[in-house]
Amino acid sequence: MRVIEFREALREAMSEEMRRDSTVFLMGEEVAEYNGAYKVSKGMLAEFGPKRVIDTPIAELGFAGIGVGAATNGLRPIVEFMTFNFSLVAIDQVINSAAKMLSMSGGQYNVPIVFRGPTASAGMLSSQHSQAFENWYANCPGLKVVVPSNGYDAKGLLKSAIRDNDPVIFMESEQMYGDKMEVPEEEYIIPLGVADVKKAGTDVTIVSFGKILKVAMAAAAELEKEGISAEVIDLRTVRPIDYDTVINSVKKTNRLVIVEEAWPLASISSEITFRVQKDAFDYLDAPIRRVTSADVPLPYAPTLIEASLPNVTRTVKAVKDVLYKN
Amino acid sequence: MAKTAEKKSKFSKEQYMKWYESMLLMRRFEEKTGQVYVQQKIKGFCHLYIGQEAIVAGTVSATKKEDKHITAYRDHAHPIGLGLHPKYVMAEMYAKITGCSKGKGGSMHIFSKEHNFLGGHGIVGGQVPLGAGIAFAEKYLGTDNVCVCSMGDGAVRQGALHEAFNMAMTWKLPVVFIVENNMYAMGTSVERTSNVHDLWKLGLAYDMPSKPVDGLTVESVHEAMEEAVARARRGDGPTFLEMKTYRYKGHSMSDAQTYRTKEEVKEYQKQDPIEKVIDTMKKNGWIDDAGIEAAEARVKALVDESVQFAEESPYPDPSELYKDVYADADYPYILE
Repeated sequence: MRVIEFREALREAMSEEMRRDSTVFLMGEEVAEYNGAYKVSKGMLAEFGPKRVIDTPIAELGFAGIGVGAATNGLRPIVEFMTFNFSLVAIDQVINSAAKMLSMSGGQYNVPIVFRGPTASAGMLSSQHSQAFENWYANCPGLKVVVPSNGYDAKGLLKSAIRDNDPVIFMESEQMYGDKMEVPEEEYIIPLGVADVKKAGTDVTIVSFGKILKVAMAAAAELEKEGISAEVIDLRTVRPIDYDTVINSVKKTNRLVIVEEAWPLASISSEITFRVQKDAFDYLDAPIRRVTSADVPLPYAPTLIEASLPNVTRTVKAVKDVLYKN
Repeated sequence: MAKTAEKKSKFSKEQYMKWYESMLLMRRFEEKTGQVYVQQKIKGFCHLYIGQEAIVAGTVSATKKEDKHITAYRDHAHPIGLGLHPKYVMAEMYAKITGCSKGKGGSMHIFSKEHNFLGGHGIVGGQVPLGAGIAFAEKYLGTDNVCVCSMGDGAVRQGALHEAFNMAMTWKLPVVFIVENNMYAMGTSVERTSNVHDLWKLGLAYDMPSKPVDGLTVESVHEAMEEAVARARRGDGPTFLEMKTYRYKGHSMSDAQTYRTKEEVKEYQKQDPIEKVIDTMKKNGWIDDAGIEAAEARVKALVDESVQFAEESPYPDPSELYKDVYADADYPYILE
């Protein structure tokens, strides 16, 4: 099978949907003439023209709102944020307009829009460019939140997101855009809200999503060397969350570690922990552990980044803790 | 006498009758809304349109039914002016399932897809980019429809407006931005929030055709809107109109109005937009006291019917709670 980059998988998803449906268009900063800040939309202006691949000024609040307005009136916009750090100036339109429109209009106006772009840390970018907001958006009813961990999933999930009749937050990573993977040329769709068991195991369940899933997988490989069999679950979507897959796994392994890049308070790991203690309390043989970013703004220095972000060492340690092997 | 006067009037008797009865309905509806609010039949925030009726009436007469409309939370009159039966607005404020937003929106979130009214928005200025986006869709789809995006004077100080103005003008979107300048953003006067008191001039920063309009005179509103709508329809982009108006009542029902004098309110009431229409009609011999009484009776019947409908309608059943949050009917809500 052919191998393509993560960014190409995203581009294929958008381009295929734009060929299929003339109401789909892409707007954002540098998406057209510059070919995308991270080259995700490379070549799309040439194929679809300036009517459908639209450069905006640096005005996230304004163009997010224009996207939502267009979505209420017959179009299916894909709005690219150069990073979700910048979505904070647009968050009024995401939360107060996109997520509320259908409900406060009593079902009259739905908002089929995708807000996409990279989330979380991406090297030494310091505090304002390194934040993971998956849990912020996941908290809000009316939205769906997708955080793919690889190119194959990204393509199938983005196609679903574009076809979805509700607003979807689609979060990528600068550090994944160059990742290469086998992606079939034939069309496929991955439904939202379905987790993926990336590796079967029997001793412990590790739940993760997005870029940080790599840490979970690497930790599982390390543990394997020591004879510990970890089952790794990729949530893929954090609103809705596929609780059943997690619960069923915990019922089998009786131990759970959650790995994510957000800050600890009120995170996806908090939510999963609540749900597992409620639905699988009697199956747990150890307290649930999690590996998150440190409870601080991400600093610039590499030593401090290393001490802050989830990594294999911390994940392996957490797993051994729940197995009482430390 | 009547014949001579008729020649002088630019608008027909029928147009005046429509304006008069539409504005009268908005006025009497809002008066009743205020009454039932005091009786605590309506809860939440409630912002009345009394005094500003000429803006909706002149906008509706200058647009076609396929055009789209959006505004802020002072939104009861816009859908009624567009033809929505007022009983659906009253029932919405009563929080009843028969309300236009099924009792999920309330006073601030009136919507009517049937009449191309896209709400009813509660964050000051938030509807301005939405209005530009609605117009974006019309242009993208190749229609000649226009979006009329209304706001209060508080909205012009929001960044959302400036971002939306810039893009609407750059992309020549078919949108008419209307600021209904009633002089007070809640209790803060226009003069206290910026050095720029002529709000229409803000459009000039984006090279947008902009001008002030007498918003207390329906003919002036209609003429300004006709020109702006024609510009948008022929592809020449947006217009920013500052409709100078006045609200007789407080910002909301809980406003003690300590920021202005009773004399100021009385002074503006002398320029009442409905009285002006009656004067013109009387001068032309188009209406007499009996005609006015008949119109009042028709409007009263509609308002009474609206209250009765709202009173008699049921509240939403609890089973409605998980409807209309997602278009996706199978969404797996967290139930505990």
